[in-house]
Amino acid sequence: MKDYDSEQIGRLLRLLPPAPQAWVQAAQELPAARAALDELVARAERDAAFRQELEADLERALADAGYQGSPSVVSRLHRLQESVEEAELG
Amino acid sequence: METAEQSDAQLVARCRAGEPDAWNAFVERFSRYVYAICSRGFRLGREDAEDVFQEVFARAYEKLAELRSDDAVLPWLAQLTRRLCIDRLRMLTRHASDATEPDEHAADEELRSLDDAIAVRAALDAMGDPCRDLLDRFFCRDESYRTIGEALNLPAGTIASRISRCLAKIRADLMEGAGGSARLEE
Repeated sequence: MKDYDSEQIGRLLRLLPPAPQAWVQAAQELPAARAALDELVARAERDAAFRQELEADLERALADAGYQGSPSVVSRLHRLQESVEEAELG
Repeated sequence: METAEQSDAQLVARCRAGEPDAWNAFVERFSRYVYAICSRGFRLGREDAEDVFQEVFARAYEKLAELRSDDAVLPWLAQLTRRLCIDRLRMLTRHASDATEPDEHAADEELRSLDDAIAVRAALDAMGDPCRDLLDRFFCRDESYRTIGEALNLPAGTIASRISRCLAKIRADLMEGAGGSARLEE
């Protein structure tokens, strides 16, 4: 181990500030978000009417499925939905 | 055993076993490092850094079972973050008129400093509170003596001397390579 003086220790500690709490929370919610998303996709594949609801209003469909995600997770799901739509069109 | 005392390998094993709260602890433990690579190493803007940060943990969650050595989770995350940052920068430069390739060399220099920072951070975590809380507030959260004193109900002058003692202890722990045993004497 290097022999750091107090100033160097302080400088190195400053290199690792905490990540924004909302980012950490969103990453921690990933397993739940994935489970909710898997469930939503499976249901959308079985149920055309539900798929339309999902495409029309993702937040509402999520809420109806019993999942209350943080704004950043919902935003991530939006982007995922958009990329799926782009892939389907392209 | 408290989560902070668990090795990276133990934490990865708990995640893989699907233990409750293990994933939360995993994100908590490595979030500073991933964040620092995105924001300091590659200097991504806030929105891009957030996208990469989330993508790193999404892929880590998916691929954790494929990790060859549980002890190697830190370099694995570093490599994953590095790759995704470069991908993001390349994507951004494709859309920019003054497109330049990402400076991987400069980023790697910064990443080496972050590896040293991780070692110091691990020693701090092993020391536990009150040193961990005190040094984290002062160095990582940029809180003033006064703010820390108000939060901990201590005079500002006492905060300065405790920070100094904690730094001496963490330095001793780093030299011994022991970590974990030191506690700030009240």
